[in-house]
Amino acid sequence: MTPEHRGPVSRLGKALGLLVALLTVRRAARTRTAPPDASETQSDFDPRRRVVPANRRAETAVAALLALVALFGLGFTVVYVAFDADTQLLGIAIGGALCLLAAAAIVAGKLVVPQETAVEERGRLLDEAETDTVVEMIEAGGEGVSRRVLLIGAGGVAGAALVTAAATPLASLGPTLSRLHETPWARGTRLVDDQGRPYAADQIEIGSFYTALPEHSDPEAFGAGLLVVRLPASFLHLPAARRAWAPSGILAYSKICPHAGCAISLYRYPTYAPTSQQPAFTCPCHYSTFLPGEGGRVVFGPAGRSLPQLPLRIDADGNLRAAGPFREDIGPSWWGVHRAQS
Amino acid sequence: MRSLLVRWLTRRSRVPRILRATLALVLGTIAIVGLAAPSSRGETGAATTFGGRAPEPNPPTKSPEPPGADNPTKTFPDSAALRAQGFTLYQGSCSSCHGIAAQGIPGVAPSLRAVGAGPLDFYLSTGRMPLEQPREEPMRSPPAFTRAQIDALIAFVSAFGGPPAPTANPSAGDLALGFHEFTLNCAGCHQIVARGGITVDAQVPDLEQTTPQQIAEAVRMGPYLMPHFDSAQIDQHDLDSIARYIVWTRHPADSGGWGIYNIGPIPEGIVAWFIGLAALVIVARLIGERMDEPVPTPNPREADR
Amino acid sequence: MNAVERHVHRRFERAARAGDERLGAMGAIRWAMRYVFPDHWSFLLGEIALYSFMVLVGTGIFLTLYYVPGASQVIYHGSYPLLQGEQMSEAYRSVLDLSTTVPAGLLFRQVHHWAADVFIAAIVLHLMRVFFTGAYRKPRDLNYFIGLTMLMLAILEGFAGYSLVDDLLSGMGLAIAYSVAMSIPLIGGQLATLIWGGPFPGSGSFLPRLEIVHVLLIPVALAALMTIHLGIIMRQHHSQFPGPGRRERNVVGTPMWPAYALRSIGLLLAVSGVLFLLGGLVQINPIWQWGPYHPYLSENGAQPDWYIGWLIGALRLMPNWELVIGGRTIIPNPFWGGAAFPLLVFGVMFAWPAIERRFTRDVRRHDLLDRPRDRPIRTAIGAAFLSWVVIVFAVGSTDRIFYRLGISYTTQIHVWRVGVWVIPILVFLLTRSACRSLQRSGAHPLRAWQGEVVRRRPDGAVDVIVESPDRLEPGTTEPPVGTTSGREASD
Repeated sequence: MTPEHRGPVSRLGKALGLLVALLTVRRAARTRTAPPDASETQSDFDPRRRVVPANRRAETAVAALLALVALFGLGFTVVYVAFDADTQLLGIAIGGALCLLAAAAIVAGKLVVPQETAVEERGRLLDEAETDTVVEMIEAGGEGVSRRVLLIGAGGVAGAALVTAAATPLASLGPTLSRLHETPWARGTRLVDDQGRPYAADQIEIGSFYTALPEHSDPEAFGAGLLVVRLPASFLHLPAARRAWAPSGILAYSKICPHAGCAISLYRYPTYAPTSQQPAFTCPCHYSTFLPGEGGRVVFGPAGRSLPQLPLRIDADGNLRAAGPFREDIGPSWWGVHRAQS
Repeated sequence: MRSLLVRWLTRRSRVPRILRATLALVLGTIAIVGLAAPSSRGETGAATTFGGRAPEPNPPTKSPEPPGADNPTKTFPDSAALRAQGFTLYQGSCSSCHGIAAQGIPGVAPSLRAVGAGPLDFYLSTGRMPLEQPREEPMRSPPAFTRAQIDALIAFVSAFGGPPAPTANPSAGDLALGFHEFTLNCAGCHQIVARGGITVDAQVPDLEQTTPQQIAEAVRMGPYLMPHFDSAQIDQHDLDSIARYIVWTRHPADSGGWGIYNIGPIPEGIVAWFIGLAALVIVARLIGERMDEPVPTPNPREADR
Repeated sequence: MNAVERHVHRRFERAARAGDERLGAMGAIRWAMRYVFPDHWSFLLGEIALYSFMVLVGTGIFLTLYYVPGASQVIYHGSYPLLQGEQMSEAYRSVLDLSTTVPAGLLFRQVHHWAADVFIAAIVLHLMRVFFTGAYRKPRDLNYFIGLTMLMLAILEGFAGYSLVDDLLSGMGLAIAYSVAMSIPLIGGQLATLIWGGPFPGSGSFLPRLEIVHVLLIPVALAALMTIHLGIIMRQHHSQFPGPGRRERNVVGTPMWPAYALRSIGLLLAVSGVLFLLGGLVQINPIWQWGPYHPYLSENGAQPDWYIGWLIGALRLMPNWELVIGGRTIIPNPFWGGAAFPLLVFGVMFAWPAIERRFTRDVRRHDLLDRPRDRPIRTAIGAAFLSWVVIVFAVGSTDRIFYRLGISYTTQIHVWRVGVWVIPILVFLLTRSACRSLQRSGAHPLRAWQGEVVRRRPDGAVDVIVESPDRLEPGTTEPPVGTTSGREASD
């Protein structure tokens, strides 16, 4: 707005304001309630206003802020080039520049440019006449069509078939479900550590725990990780069918929690059992707790199945090998999961 | 209580009575089930140990692992005078649980006769022993004894036998190896940068104050519920590396700025809401109007009458 | 006007004319410039979310130029000493390199992650404002549904984004997501193996697919929905609080040009500024400290980002119920906390406008907002529902609470299993009485409605039952509910 245009508009604005103010004051006098904004009870209160701040100090502030923005913005490039792009300095430079520019825009938006309160009418949303006309137009498109039911029915069948056809390629994305029952562990697979060295039976100490992986197999497979521990007889209470699975008291369990698939990496073994707790595995995600001495039975937490146990044997070299595959599925439950028999 | 319930069920309101009665029934059932239903089929607390079976007298505890052949050990001062002093201290603070001759008391505390200097130094120098109640979890606290007194106690008790104390030298370790071994064996309980954690009904300490000597002792003995690791599983170089990594975690590589304790998304979420979003809400309040501001009249000066 | 101003004015006029000769858009531009926005600060919360999304897209473009969606294992020989010689996926290595060697790489990664956290937080705050002011009522229920859909997409998008990195923390989270997918009754096995391309950790195509979802599919969906969301607002005009001169039929506020545009731009700059300050100064997701993911590794205290925290709480809180019939696991345990709970929460939120209509029998169009205290029942129900979700969310931190305060983990779980049902009831009662006492106290009274409530007698004459008050009475924004005929007032 150029200076010569401001005059009449501002005069008009002042006149309008005076009119509203008079109405306001009249209303306030009548109701004897103090605040001038009691005028909203009057239906013809007009909230429109326009104030031109003409605030030189605010303008100076905006200019100063913009100058600082330039400084910080330049600082970003300087830091990038000369300070090895240090993350903290870069953040201060660009973040500071943006915040200062924000301040400039907000100061301008509230204190420099004209502040206006305007009123707009909301349009109608429901136009019944228009709606009726459109409905008639659509229906008129079917004028003269005699066998509507046949056509609609045929259209429905065609549509359903096409939707099914469109969805079918999704099946190409995935394999069959049988692989969910597979693990790399089979009869005779040797247990190795994450460097590939085989575990000898007599190196398994009571009170320690070991992570074992299948030799010559992908260690990233879900069923690969095992927890291996040795328990003394007083903690060993396996069901009769599994006694042979733990040669010399050495037990192997899947490391994957049957609740939600995290690796079980907590093992507690008491220094003095009578005043603390018995040996147990705990999963760090939702704290399902399993007893290795009792076939992986769940004693706390949300796991719905016990921890799968792998039968072990000691081979001629004294190394640990799987005596067979898992007798149940490892990992989280699903519709077709093979649960433990015993 | 019952009259309140009856009044709530019978008062007139838009929500039909049958709906309110059903709601009361459902909530009551949930409350009862939630309180009574065990979270599993077994025991949860620290006190029960054998799931209903009678505890054996003196069941096997885990003995501390020896430092390993040719591995460095820490020798503690030893003399007749020290042993005598240790004897006196022992009778005053330890014998009520561990027995007059360190033989242990069944159901109360284990024997100390074959533990060696490592566990003694660990428990005493971290203030975990003496323990007020045998069933409490031993927690790090200011030591009850001075260094000299601890040496005396060690001299007395380790005279009964046991392996020498292990030791660790962080500067001989390799940081990358330490990170690898710590992740595999320790992070499940102690958190990935050793900020501590929990297991079911035991707290796992952070490792911010533990010395390399204490690290070595803890790894080889497994204090309280911690498993222990012998030199076949974690050899001396691994141990030095783990100690070096743990020392590193006190000042980890926080190249992103303020580390907010390095435990991940919990402090991150707190910062996002209470610093990030809070700042932006303040900006919004600066930009917008507030309900309690007076409505601006067109010419405030003229209306102020 | 001096010479410089005259020159600028001429140039500007010429440009405007040149534009209009080609596009004929001046009418639309004029409409846009006069468009009125109501001024309340709480109406800016949605904008905070929108501007966070813009920052996400901008920084995301940078990140996508460096990220490699590769699951094949490589040995690291880069500049970060703790991971020398360590085996990791290509994806993890690409993000590690970005964070350690690319100049400004860590800055952009952290800004992106902070923006994601703030984006969803702003949406939630905006949702709370919409709920507690009744802005979801006709005609805005459509927009409300679009907003809820965007919230669901935003949560999925954030989870996908930080899972792309394949670090220890997010890998554990993906395993849990896999288990939740598997737990869906009947179809879970197929669904999970379809998404992952096989049993977890999936085939080599999983990460590239996840990247496409995160970089293209969901952002495009979000952008489209945002456009529709804003378009509907423009068509209906924004709602407003009652006040002097404010009626159901008008909008009172600041026109777009010049003040509102400047303030809006200021908000965009403030959002970007705060996010860049956070991204430079406060560390987030330091993946080099977590290390790479392997399925046989985990750590204590692993947590998802905050907007997934309600699900970890639900998974921890559930007793170990697993419905097994005839050897078939009908409902595996993670289904309850991981799928049923969030579906229930969103289901209730989607159904709420219809539920409220059913109970208040109010089918009118509403363009004036309620102050929360003027609808005590709605506010109390909303507060109770929110407290229910927040308690479940808080259960996700029970491990750190045990660690810090010594309250045993098992005790907390047992207490919260009851508390999660009891406390919302208490919150409901407290909130309802707080609303009512706020109303009675007359603090910050609303401006009164105007008019008369009449009853027509059989002989055609009209009785005036209630007149609009002279004095300002709290809670009397509109004539009592049910006194209008339920149809739109004629224009």
